[in-house]
Order: sequence, then C-alpha cells, then structure tokens
Amino acid sequence: MTEWLERHVPKMVLAPSFVAVLIFVYGFIIWTAWVSLTRSRLLPKYEIEGFIQYERLFASPRWDTAMSNLVVFGVLFIVIAMVLGLLLAILLDQNIRTEGALRTIYLYPMALSMIVTGTAWKWIMNPGLGIENMVRGWGFENFSFDWIIDPDMAIYAVVIAGIWQSSGFVMALFLAGLRSVDGEIIKAAQVDGIPTWRIYSAIIIPSMAPIFLSAFIVLAHLAIKSFDLVIALTGGGPGYATDLPATYMYAMAFSRGDIGQAASSAMVMMAVVFAIVVPYLYSELRAKRD
Amino acid sequence: MKTSVYAAVSAVALTVAAPALAEPQAEVLHWWTSGGEAKSVAVLQEEFAANGGTWTDMPVAGGGGDAAMTALRARVLSGNAPTAVQLKGPAIQEWYEEGVLADISAVAEAEGWADVLPASIAGHMKCEGNWCAAPVNVHRVDWIWANADVLAANGIDMPTSWDAFNAAADKLMAAGITPLAHGGQAWQDATVFEAVALGILGAEGFHKAFVELDMDTLKSDEMKAVFDQMRKMRGYVDDNFSGRDWNLATAMVMNGEAAFQIMGDWAKGEFLAAGKEPGKDFLCASTPGDGFLYNVDSFAMFDVDGDDKEAGQQLLAKLIVGKNFQKVFNLNKGSIPARTDVALDEFDSCAHLSAKDMSESSENGSLLPSYAHGMALRGAQSGAITDVVTAHFNSDMSSDDAVQMLADAVANSM
Repeated sequence: MTEWLERHVPKMVLAPSFVAVLIFVYGFIIWTAWVSLTRSRLLPKYEIEGFIQYERLFASPRWDTAMSNLVVFGVLFIVIAMVLGLLLAILLDQNIRTEGALRTIYLYPMALSMIVTGTAWKWIMNPGLGIENMVRGWGFENFSFDWIIDPDMAIYAVVIAGIWQSSGFVMALFLAGLRSVDGEIIKAAQVDGIPTWRIYSAIIIPSMAPIFLSAFIVLAHLAIKSFDLVIALTGGGPGYATDLPATYMYAMAFSRGDIGQAASSAMVMMAVVFAIVVPYLYSELRAKRD
Repeated sequence: MKTSVYAAVSAVALTVAAPALAEPQAEVLHWWTSGGEAKSVAVLQEEFAANGGTWTDMPVAGGGGDAAMTALRARVLSGNAPTAVQLKGPAIQEWYEEGVLADISAVAEAEGWADVLPASIAGHMKCEGNWCAAPVNVHRVDWIWANADVLAANGIDMPTSWDAFNAAADKLMAAGITPLAHGGQAWQDATVFEAVALGILGAEGFHKAFVELDMDTLKSDEMKAVFDQMRKMRGYVDDNFSGRDWNLATAMVMNGEAAFQIMGDWAKGEFLAAGKEPGKDFLCASTPGDGFLYNVDSFAMFDVDGDDKEAGQQLLAKLIVGKNFQKVFNLNKGSIPARTDVALDEFDSCAHLSAKDMSESSENGSLLPSYAHGMALRGAQSGAITDVVTAHFNSDMSSDDAVQMLADAVANSM
C-alpha cells in the first residue's frame, strides 16, 4: 500500500495542474491560432477564412511601428539593463560596508509595479513639470528634455523607465552569481598577481554564463510582454509612436472589437517568444544529456 | 438566418408576454460611474423603482467602456445577457448581427418614438427596421469653447470660418496666449479632426468620407486641406499637450491660459461645475462650418428569458425615452434630450443653441454622426482612421502622405 502510494501520489498531486496547464495554456494557444484564421470581429467565429488576418496585420503601419518599437525597446532594455546590472553588482562586490543598504536601494524599484514606475516617470519626463522645467528653473534656458512628447524619441523614454525598474533585479541576479564563483580560484589568481579587472573579465564573468542566460530570458520576456509600462507612461502615444505588440493586441481585442486581428497579433508575438526561448531550452536540454 | 430566427422568437415572446402580471426586473450594464453621470443614472433607477420595478445595477468602470464591453462579451458568450446595456452607434447593429438583441418595437410604437426622435438618430436605434435600443441624450461634438475675457482683451470674435480661426490664433500667439487647449490623446486628436473635416468637407463630403468611406473623398484634395488645417492646429497647441486629459485642457480655457477648446458638450459640465456662466465667462459656438455632429448615448436591449425580465425591459425602454428622464438626465449631463418635444426652459443657452441647430440640421440633412465617438463607423474602421489622424498630428507627416495612409488604412480595416 505504502509502496503504491509512493509511486502514485506524485502523479496524482501533479495531475490537476498538468491538466490545467494543458487546457489553459496549450488549449487556448490552439484556440487563439484557430480564431486568428477567421474573420472574428466582436465575438469569436469559427469559420476558417485563411490568412486574411495576417495579411491585414502585416499591411498595418501601426503594427510595423509596434514591431520596430519592440526591437528598439527589447535590444536597448536587455543590453543596458544587463550591463548596468553587472556593473552595479561588481561595484557592490568590493566588500563595501553599506552593501546591505545599497543592495536594497537598487533592488527596490522591482517592488513597484510597472504602473507606478510609468506614472512617476511620466511626471519626471514631462517637459512642463519634470526635469526640463527644473533645469530651466536653475537658469539653463536652452536645456531641453522632451523625449516623451517627441514621436521619434518617445520609445527611448520608455526604455529609460524600464531600465530603472529592472536593472536592480539584474544586479541581484549577478551578485548571487558573483558570490557563487569558487573563492579558491580567485585567491589563486590574486596570488599570481593578476589585476582585478582581468580576474573579472577572464575568470568570474565567463563562469557566470548560466546567470547571463537566465537574466536574458527574464528580461526578454519582460520586454515582449511589456504593456502596463507603456500604458502608464505614454498611453502608446504620441500618436501611436510607442505602441508595442501587446498594446496593439489589447487595442484590437478590447477597444476595436476586432478579435481576429488581435488573435493574429498574439500568434506573431508567441512566435517571437518561441524564437528566443526554444534555442535556449534546446541548448539547456542538450547540455543535460551530455 | 440565425438572427432572423432570434428576432422572430423575441417578437413572439414580446406579444405573448403579459407585462402586467410579472414584476418588472432589469439588470443594467453601464459605465456611468463618475460623479455627475452616476447621479444621472440614479434618476433612472429611482423612476424605475417608483414604477414597481427591481433594478440590478451593473456598473463596470474603466477604459471608456472597454471594460464594460469585455464584461458584456463574457455575459453574452455564457448565454446570460443583461437586460439593457449602454451601447451606441453601429455597435448596436454589430451586436444585433451576433443575434443577441431583443425587439422593442411594441413599446416604441405605443410611445410614438418615430414622431419625437430626429430621423437620423432614430436610425441608430433600429435593427433591420425593428427598434432595438433607446436613446438617452444627444451630445454635440463640434463645439468650440472660448474664454470670454481673453477674446475680449484681444479683440477677437468667435470664429465663423477656419481662416478666421487661424487669424485669431496667430493674434493670440503674438500675445503669448495658447490659442488652442488640447490634450494629446488619440480620441481628442480625432475630435478636433472631425470638427475641421466637417467645416472643410461640408456635410455631404463628411457623410461620404466617414459614413460611406468613399475612397475618392478620402483621397480628395479637400481631405488634404483638412490635414493642412490639422498641421496648423498642431502649431496652436502648447508644448505639454501630450497625454493631457480633456478636462485639464478645459481648465486651461477657464483660467485664461488658453483661448479655445474644441470638444463635445461634456466640456460644458466642467465650466458649470467651476461656477462659470455661459455667455459671460465662457462662450460656446459650433465649430466653423455647417452641420451638427452628434454623439448619442443609448441603451441596447438584449434578449432575455422570463416575463419579469421582458416586462422590465419594456418599462425601462419606456422610461428612458420618457419626457421626465430625458429632461432630468440631460440637465445633469450637459447634453440635450434626444426627443425634440421636451421643454428646454431649465436648460442653459448653449443647450438651446444645440437643440435649435439639431432640429435645423435634421431638416436640411446635415445632422451627422460623429466618427471620433464611434457613432459613424464600426470600431475597426474608426480606429484605423484615428490611427492616421493621430500619427499625422504628432509627427511632421505631409498631407499627401496622410491622405494616402488614410485610404490604405481604411481599405485594410475592412
């Protein structure tokens, strides 16, 4: 009896969540794929019409803007947050006295929701209320920082707020990684008289490769799903200059009653996620098998 | 096919139902949750209760009705639609095509709606000839509001043509006053755009462009002129307009920071709430050009089961279009009654102007649905137009490019 339980309890305990994931994740992916092939408007319809929604999607200049914004935002957000996070982690790793307090300060933005971050930065970057107004008040009349109302620069304003929010978290990841490097190796290197920057660049950072991957995956999916930050910071504006695929999908599904269009944009977003995650999973799984 | 079966079934159900026997029940989905609006709904609620009905309130706030529409979708898909839903414009027909709306022709005919509602507004309330919705109010969209003192100090009259508006705006710019108070949100850009379009295209051209989606009109030179004027309007707006809410823009006019605002008559509520008097502190006029762009709130009646609910639906429809509710509600909301036979003694001068223009424009065919507020087109098409309008307004796109983009976007949204 106990033996039977031992063998079957794990399966029984896992079964409900397995079924739930099967239906609510994979089931609805299939449902969305189906709807994306129909002419659904207000309510979903199920007569397949072919790839009309995808044709509409790729003909839409707003979707073009959303995708190129995703590239700009994704690349800058991931790269800068990682570089900044790593730099902060290395600086904090120098056995400084107030490390605990500093670590908390840098990590704190992560505790705020994106909505709060977005609203705060909306005010900070508003030319009439925030930085521009303040610096002009100091007497620098020509100072200008109006990215948030400039359609060409607004997406970079979103990048700034996103980095502020997430780089502390990346720092914490890297700090844990730095601490997990074998101290003996570092001591041996120090005994050999190797300069600190060489120790970091040749020993510590290369041995943190898995942390880089984790940080990358976390940041990449944050970037692709990014929705609330844009909504709070710019509302997708000026015009639709800071639209991202997620805000595009929301507008189509919930404001415009164009569910087919929303479904097709969701499928494209999923394809982007897969293009990033699948190679990662593949390399991870292969590494285990070796 | 399915829809006609539904219509037939509901028509039969209506004639069979005996309203007097069942206690009227109504569940009402709406998004009037802010101060003045909530007060307006409470009026209806009380009247409904006074007539022996049980009202179940279902307010869903958020996203200018987006959240309510999501709730509605879920309710309809689960086969449990509310009795009445705040819906407007072509969205009513869109839901009708899904086969979920009821037929309330019996009430409408008994109450003689056809005689008291302007024809083009009545058209929105009908689904394939049968009444399926009840209008609540008429908001006029093509208003221009002005600060009376600012205009007087600079020797400016209310503009009656766009050239006069431009001249006045240049004068104000020179005097260091922001000519146009505006909030950089897509729907506000669209509101200004349609007022300009009505002035430049004229009523007929507006109808062709934004109701019929006629490609020749969308690509015409007049449409380029509309975008040219929009480019000028962009210059008359202050630097911090991005993302500003409409009521903050109204406040700029109120305290003299800006001279004009182009906005629907809900802006009047802001002026009145601040204790300003129409004609003295602030001025109202229609935007340059002939015509009247309306934004009509209405309740669509959904198919429901049970005598009590059907009785509630009919009572609700009767009360909504009833004279008393039309008067009280619109006094609260700043709009004017949809029915033309309500005494306007208690309304202010702006409302009188609005009512006069509505009946005149109804006669000469220039009473037109607002595209920016979802009265003229379905969501996908009006959204596509707004995308272009706001992209043009917020960039240095040329009018030629904008017109081409407009035609492409409309074609792609079908």
